[in-house]
Amino acid sequence: MNADEVNRAITRIAHEVLEKNRGAHDIVIVGIRTRGVFIAERLAIKIKEIEGEAIPVGIIDITLYRDDIKSDISKHIVKKTEIPFSITDKKVILVDDVLYTGRSIRAAIDGLIDLGRPANIQLAVLIDRGHRELPIRADFVGKNIPTSHNESVKVMLKEEDGVDKVVVEELDDK
Amino acid sequence: MINKLKSKDLIGTKDLSPEEILLILDTAESMKEISSRDIKKVPALRGKTIINLFYESSTRTRTSFEIAGKRLSADVVNISVSTSSVVKGETLKDTAKNLEAMNPDAVVIRHSSSGAPDFISKILKCPVINAGDGAHEHPTQALLDLFTIREKKKELKGLKVSIIGDIAHSRVARSNIYAMNKMGMDVTVSGPSTLIPVDIEKMGVKISTDVKKAIEGADVIIMLRIQLERQEKGLFPSIREYSRLFGLNTEKLKNAKEDVIIMHPGPMNRGVEISADVADGQYSLILDQVTNGVAVRMAILHLLTGGA
Repeated sequence: MNADEVNRAITRIAHEVLEKNRGAHDIVIVGIRTRGVFIAERLAIKIKEIEGEAIPVGIIDITLYRDDIKSDISKHIVKKTEIPFSITDKKVILVDDVLYTGRSIRAAIDGLIDLGRPANIQLAVLIDRGHRELPIRADFVGKNIPTSHNESVKVMLKEEDGVDKVVVEELDDK
Repeated sequence: MINKLKSKDLIGTKDLSPEEILLILDTAESMKEISSRDIKKVPALRGKTIINLFYESSTRTRTSFEIAGKRLSADVVNISVSTSSVVKGETLKDTAKNLEAMNPDAVVIRHSSSGAPDFISKILKCPVINAGDGAHEHPTQALLDLFTIREKKKELKGLKVSIIGDIAHSRVARSNIYAMNKMGMDVTVSGPSTLIPVDIEKMGVKISTDVKKAIEGADVIIMLRIQLERQEKGLFPSIREYSRLFGLNTEKLKNAKEDVIIMHPGPMNRGVEISADVADGQYSLILDQVTNGVAVRMAILHLLTGGA
């Protein structure tokens, strides 16, 4: 996926979010650190362009909610969750870059529910690469990319990586 | 950028690198948000057992560690010596071995003897966190002091800090001096010369027996508790004289910097080392220190027992 395709995918998701929710009323967007945050911010800008309504954007850090930290060689650094608005009774659009096992999403949902009781939580991802280990699905998908376990999907975004690009790479044999 | 602490234990700030200190402060900043929520709990340390082993009285530190552990979902067990087997004559070594047999995930210890945490850290497989040992170190206090200073001043490097009071018996002063030197801060100690150790310059600090000068130049003033229980040794003539010469009050603060901040590790002797109006006044961050203490201890518990 190149920069134009990433941009078009986010534009389409913005339209789909508005269509499904019949406007931007009561919508808040929460991005999962790190790259979900940038997609969340872009999505909010698109929605504002289309609907003229500013949407609150928050950031959730899921490090303290993960179930897979033990398997990681290096620990994740705990960063701040920044959701300076109430999510109770709001429609929360949860945003991440890649949907894979679903475990990060599980952690993010648990984290959100500790902060309040949203009217509903909808999931938007730039890439769905399959291989779910939990009963979780995305409501909005930028692109479905079927992969195998020994491939990695690398999402690069301007804000973090200087370029908008999605590439699938073969992992070295372990 | 590092993402974990090198040592299994936290015995003193002397052993921490500047990068490790920054990692603790940054992690604490993330933890602080949790304490402001309606539901002040995250599942990070679910199923972990933390033992608070306190051989000396403490309200703030013990409660702070307990709350920190509970906000991370750990099970926290408090042992205070007056109700433990220690009164029956059990040695520290045996106590440690018995605790080890119950598989704790961290032991927080306060002891009147310097070196006690280091001693049990060599017996226990789990992390040991020093919550104050004798006149040696009190690392979590120094780290929460740094956190509070950074929150207010944004940058630590180059700040002038004056620590005033009983330097000789103060583990808080020692931990702060080690940590502040590593962060590029400029530390001056002040107080009656009987309460300033002779070779303190070797730790990289300046001495000023003139409290007024120590106050004038400082960005940060840390007042230490006068340990009234040590007064019997006659290290200064009277509490009233100490208060007049070395206590911080509005009058002495007149020459301080406009944006000075005042801290005290507690418990305070109001009217002795600090006057009530200064303790409750606009420059005082004494209660911020307590709030931040929970966040800093959450960070340390998570870094030492979470993951890995």
